[in-house]
Formats: sequence, C-alpha cells, structure tokens
Amino acid sequence: MSRPLIIIEPGTENSNYWKDLWNYRGLFYFLAWRDILVRYKQTVIGILWSILRPFITIVVFTLVFNKLGNFPSDSGVPYAIMVCAGMLPWQFFSNAFSESANSLIANSNLLTKVYFPRLIVPASTVIVSLIDFFISFIILIGLFFYYQFIPDWKILLLPLFLLMATITAMGTGLFIAALNVKYRDFRYIIPFIIQFGLYISPVGFSSNVIYNHENIPQFLKYLYVLNPMVGVIDGFRWCILGGDITLHFTDFFTSLAVSILFLFVGIWYFRRMEKSFADVI
Amino acid sequence: MSTTVIQVENISKSYILKHQNTERYTALRDVLANKIKNIFNSVTEPSGLKSEEFWALKNVSFEIKQGDRVGIIGRNGAGKSTLLKILSRIITPTKGRIIINGRVASLLEVGTGFHPELTGRENVFLNGAILGMNRAEIKKKFDEIVAFAEVEKFLDTPVKRYSSGMYVRLAFAVAAHLEPEILVVDEVLAVGDAEFQKKCLGKMKDVSGEGRTVLFVSHNMAAIQNLCDKAIYLKNGQIQLIGETGNVISTYLKGSLDNSSINLADRKDRSGNGIVRFQLVKLKDENNNQLQAFQCGNLSILSIQITFQKNSVINNLHIAVGIDDKYGNRITQLNSEVTNDVLSINDTTNSIDIVMNHLPLQPGSYGFTLFSTVNGEITDWIQEAGSFDVEAGDFYNTGKLPPDSQGNFFIDHQFIVKHTERMSL
Repeated sequence: MSRPLIIIEPGTENSNYWKDLWNYRGLFYFLAWRDILVRYKQTVIGILWSILRPFITIVVFTLVFNKLGNFPSDSGVPYAIMVCAGMLPWQFFSNAFSESANSLIANSNLLTKVYFPRLIVPASTVIVSLIDFFISFIILIGLFFYYQFIPDWKILLLPLFLLMATITAMGTGLFIAALNVKYRDFRYIIPFIIQFGLYISPVGFSSNVIYNHENIPQFLKYLYVLNPMVGVIDGFRWCILGGDITLHFTDFFTSLAVSILFLFVGIWYFRRMEKSFADVI
Repeated sequence: MSTTVIQVENISKSYILKHQNTERYTALRDVLANKIKNIFNSVTEPSGLKSEEFWALKNVSFEIKQGDRVGIIGRNGAGKSTLLKILSRIITPTKGRIIINGRVASLLEVGTGFHPELTGRENVFLNGAILGMNRAEIKKKFDEIVAFAEVEKFLDTPVKRYSSGMYVRLAFAVAAHLEPEILVVDEVLAVGDAEFQKKCLGKMKDVSGEGRTVLFVSHNMAAIQNLCDKAIYLKNGQIQLIGETGNVISTYLKGSLDNSSINLADRKDRSGNGIVRFQLVKLKDENNNQLQAFQCGNLSILSIQITFQKNSVINNLHIAVGIDDKYGNRITQLNSEVTNDVLSINDTTNSIDIVMNHLPLQPGSYGFTLFSTVNGEITDWIQEAGSFDVEAGDFYNTGKLPPDSQGNFFIDHQFIVKHTERMSL
C-alpha cells in the first residue's frame, strides 16, 4: 500500500489540491446524496414541490406579463413555453447559487472536525439543484404536449447552456460562500441578489423586448448583457423555442465571458480563504 | 527499526484575540466602520478594540514512530485539540512544519456529519465517507460495524429517534472500523456507558496492534495509562514532557503542586460572569498552618481566597468543589448548598475555609474543580483547578491503613461479634 506523504506548512500552496479533490469524489457523491435524501423528508407531496413551485410561477408570470402587460412572445411561440424556457434555468441558478453560498455555514460542523477539500461542499449542492432542474423539466415537456409544440434539432444543444448556467452558479456561489464564512451579512444579501436578479434577467419577458426597445439607451443595453443569466436564458430560448429566433452572438459571448470570469474569480477567492475557514467559521 | 510517521518541527499557532468583541463572527459593518475610523485616527490608536496575540501552541516539536500509541495530556486550554486539528489538516499552523507519512483519519467528535433525518444505515455510509472510507470499504465492513454498535433492529430508523447511547455507539462503531495508517482521536470516550468505553478502548488497542499509529487525547488518565505507551504533556501550548506514559502522567498530576498554595488568578480557562472569582487555594491544618499536603484522618482545611467588587456585600454565594482521583474520575463533591451553609461575604472577608473534620481519603493525589454561584448564576468555574496530595495518617487510630489498591476512601467502622442468645429455661 502506498503511503501518501503529507507536508503541513503555513502559507504554501497544497500542490496535491486537485488530486485530493479527485480522491475525495466519494465524499462529494455522498454529500449530494445526503442533500437529495433529506430534501423532502417529512413532506407530504415530496418531490412534487420541485414541479409545483416553478409551475405556479410560470402561470403567474404568463398571466402578468402576457395577459395584463401585453408583452410579446418570441416569434409566435406560446407565451407559457417562452416563460418556462426562461424559468427553468433561472430556478436552477437561484437554487444552486443560494444553496452553495450557504453551504459552508450549513456544514460548519464538518469544516471544523474533518479535513477534505472544502470545494466539495458548495459543489455538491449544485448537483442537488441540477436534479431539481431535471425534475422540473417535466413541466416543459407537459407544455409541449399541451400546446402541441415540436422543438427542432437545436434542443440537443441545451446541455451546453445548462453547463453555462452551472458555471455561473458555481462561480458566484463559491465567491459568496467564502465571504459568508467571515461576514454573515451575506446571508441577508443572498435573497436580495436573487430577487434583484429576477428583475434584470429576461425570465418573464423576452430579451428582444430590451434589445428592440427604442427608449432604452445603448449603454444600458450593454450593461444588460453583462448579466451572465441573460446569456443563459437567451441560449435556452434559442434551443427550446427553435424557429427563426436568433441568438445575438456578441451579446451572448459577453455574457459567457462574464460567467467564466466569475468562475475563475470564485475559485481563486475560495482557495485563498479556504485555509482559514475552520478558524473563523 | 520502526520508521518515523509523524515529524513535527517547531509548530506554532497564534490567534488574534479581540477584546470587547463579543460577537462570534465579524460583520461587514464593523469592518467598514473600523476602516473609516482608521482613516480619521490612523496616527493615534487604531481602533477601540484591543487585540492581543494568543499562542495556542508554541514551538512544539516531536516525532512519532510507526505503531506508537501516544497519549496527549494537559489541562483544558493547553493546546491539545489545536495540535490534533493541525495534524488532521483542519487548520494550518502559523509557523513550523509537519511531515506525515501515511493516511490520517481523525475522530475529533463522535458522529461528525450524522444527519438526524437519515436512517442508521444511511448514516453509516455518509459518516464513513466523511471519515475517508470509500464505498467498497464501507460495504465490506457494514455488518461488522452494525454488530459492534448493537443497533441491528433500528437500522432503518432515522437516527433522530435513537437514544443517545445508540447514537454514540453507532457513530463510534463507524470510526472504529477505519483503517488509516494514523488514527487521531480526541476525547471521544467521555461519552457512552462504561461497558461501551471498555469495548472502544479494546478496539483502539487492536487497531494499534496492527501496526497503526494512534494519537489519543483524553482527560481520563486511566484510559491513557491503559492504551498508550508514550505520552506528551502540554502546558500553555508548550511541551512540558515527552516520555513513558506512567512518568508523564505523574509529572502532570504533580504539575500544580510545586508550591503548596495554588494560584488561580491567571487562569484563562474559566467560565462564569466573574462577579466572584477564585484567587488562591491553600491547604491548612487545624491550627491554620499552611500545609504541603493533607494527612488522612486529620482535620483538614481547604482555604479558598476569592476576589469580588470592592464595597459590595454578597449574600447568596454558593461554592462547590469537585474532587477527582488521579485518573480524573470524580469521587466526591463538597457543596455548600448540600451542607446548608449560607455564605455571606463583604470587604472584611479573608477566605472561605472548607473544614473536613476527619479526612477520609486514601493517600495519593487528588485533583479538584471549583465552582461558584451567586443567586443561581455561575460566577466562576474552573475545571481541574489544581490538585493536592494526601499523605498517610492515622485515620483509624491504630497506626494502620488498608493497602493503596483498596479504593479511595476510609469509612469509620467497627467489627462486632454477635452471639445468638441461649434460651434459659
């Protein structure tokens, strides 16, 4: 049996970090499994919550934006399907973001009692949100049947945009999780970020409303696409709604670049703070 | 030749203590507020908070060879847990270096990561993974773990419905079946009933019998003596002595006996609101002469000096002294609430004397814990405040005493021969 040689020193980078992370993949799996098992314990309708919550929001958004607000849909697609195509990634992002941002504090007893690469904790919570996402995908399929809507081949590209949503959630989640360990203020900031994000992301309306609006100054439109969730949702709609919807590529790549930047900043900051987690939590 | 598996070189760990800061975590508000304050008076004092560096560990170096069973002893706050946490890679040292050769599994708490909603079965897998076992390993050992914990019937019950005994047994069983090269264990045997503790100690002995290295922290000297062949005595973050277990334990127990009065003024490991604080403990005889040690059978006085606010009168003071034998087992308690003694103190109070008329303790070393309340609120509480020696004396007025191995106490007694009375016709 090979014996690992471990050197503990202050300040130095752990050169085996990523290897360690791989070695602890079992724990990663178990933590995700635990969160999934625990999620709907002692609830009556259990997993149905994963469908009911987004479904009700979709209905409300469709009524408010389409029926009351007279917002146009994208190229004749039923409004509910358009909202759904935005709501699914948004719900995934907001769940994954808030769960991972709070995950270190929720697992503080683990952090102070056992060693493992801390990255595992927030990462495993994203898996739980991913499962929730797949379950709520049933709503979209239901809507397809209801409106007798047939998506085209582009729906096969959906995993790429899901990956982008994951990157966004991970990056921001890691950053806030690390901050949250030291400054509990972020516990209160997180719900605010999510609420605010819902207004500046095209969940209940189409991005084209913004792009084609004459009264919105150009710089605000630039600012708008800096939000990585704009890219994610536009991408989702491009895949799901099909037809002649175009993806604005420069805008999309701006969003993508920002989301990748978030990931790097998130990982960098997390790793920098990681060593002191057990001391300050 | 056995190889070195752990080499610790000059490890130190410091914490910054902020006084006046009662909050457990920092709020962004405070940081910003201080930053702004700093801008204005960067020349004068940095901020209202006094910060002080506290060395939890200072220049600790030692070596541990493969298969060693090492006990770490010391008072609360001596740095034992900090050392274990550094060895387990949970926190990083401020200075120094450690080289570890082998897989470390640490058991700093029983049932880390147990989730109350999950069943016993699920928790075994989860806890195993947290402690570093992989799925196949856990599966292989599953039956053994369950048998060890004696919870077969309740495997599919959520652990939140377990009795605390079952919970602890299951948690320890998982940990006991780890197979790391190095096992680090913190005071976990303090839980569970005596029989289970015995079982655990046995299991830990087996573990080291297989060539594994065990590091073990405990306040239970009997367990250390029983399990470990080497011991490290930590005091105020520094190593006081390393060596053969019996030696180290006796040095540790004598630790605070250097002089006959035990000074408590500088003790940091105390709790309570501080309205009344223990200051000094002296041993005295019936003529108020200070003693180095008590003698059994004699009138013995434990004289406690306290501090409290000047010009105040405190009427409802209660003091309790817990007495432990040399293995750290509580053997009795002296308690003013039990004796119905009403303690009133004022500026003229010199000391509070606990008078034991006819000291019934076997010769040996005894530790004690001090505890006080005023109106039911804890004012001061120092665990393992100090220790005293009892020397042989003439308890029975016969010049004889039972041998040392026959317990801790003497009981005043006499033997009487009774005869059946003959009926006379």
